[in-house]
Amino acid sequence: MRTLTWLLSSWLAFAGCALAVDAQEGFDDPVLNERYRALIREIRCPKCQNESIAESDAPVAADLRREVRRLIAEGASDDEIKTFLASRYGEFVLYRPRLTPTTLAIWAAPFVLLGLGGLVFWRIVAARVNQPLDEELPP
Amino acid sequence: MWRYVLPLAIFVGIAALFGVGLTINPNHVPSALLGKPVPTFSLPSVTDPDDLLSTQTLAGRVSLVNVWGTWCVECRHEHAFLVELARAGLPIYGLNVKDDRAAAIEWLSRLGDPYVTSGFDPDGIAAIEWGVTGAPETFLVGSDGTVLYKHISPLTRGVWERDFLPLLEEHCGPADCPFLAAVGGP
Repeated sequence: MRTLTWLLSSWLAFAGCALAVDAQEGFDDPVLNERYRALIREIRCPKCQNESIAESDAPVAADLRREVRRLIAEGASDDEIKTFLASRYGEFVLYRPRLTPTTLAIWAAPFVLLGLGGLVFWRIVAARVNQPLDEELPP
Repeated sequence: MWRYVLPLAIFVGIAALFGVGLTINPNHVPSALLGKPVPTFSLPSVTDPDDLLSTQTLAGRVSLVNVWGTWCVECRHEHAFLVELARAGLPIYGLNVKDDRAAAIEWLSRLGDPYVTSGFDPDGIAAIEWGVTGAPETFLVGSDGTVLYKHISPLTRGVWERDFLPLLEEHCGPADCPFLAAVGGP
């Protein structure tokens, strides 16, 4: 039983790095290769939506990886590649959406919520500070 | 008073937001091409490599662009309906993706060829320009060459009547679309 548990958990440890990309797919140049690997992790597969194109086995993911390689080889910047893919598959394919009027809410929400939380916290604390100490103590 | 109303209002607001979020179909991603001109592409025809299907081919009339392949089971499912639409006079162009030419020709001769032209795209190059995620997918292209609609999954009569016909009626009259009545329109 113990061995089984150990086996299962050791498999799970590898589950996170199951990538569809084979080692042949990258670039020989380590700098380009690093850029390629980073980019394909940031692009969502339009077919199987909870995987990046690095993880997905869908044919369209393989096509998009090939497209990213072609664009990198042609000297396109990361931004140009993202713009190209977003213009065809929608902003949706970018895991890190760019700051545009439509995505403003996503980017602003954490700060707005943090600010609101801070405000509530400050008000509660301020209210307590003004209370005389002996009132809170049991007689 | 507001210490009771405010939490309730926040709860109702969040519940409404989640309610909407849970009923949205996350698989429905509208095409990035809607309302935009047809992408630039040029492909040799499946049946005749000298014949080209390109952006220019699609200009000037309302048409369907259907993504298909012989490997695609669901394409087989919608094929008969495509043939029916084509017989009624609707121009349909094919985008044959990731396929084998001989298999594609055999498919068309066996099941009927609903396409004016089918572009042969074995590597899916033009498919990326069209933002294609798989097959079958069907685009409705207006006579001004803009993409009016995109449907993912087989084009059935139900889908046609619900999603395509209203757009067709809106974007072309009986004069420029003489096939309108024959495909289910007024």
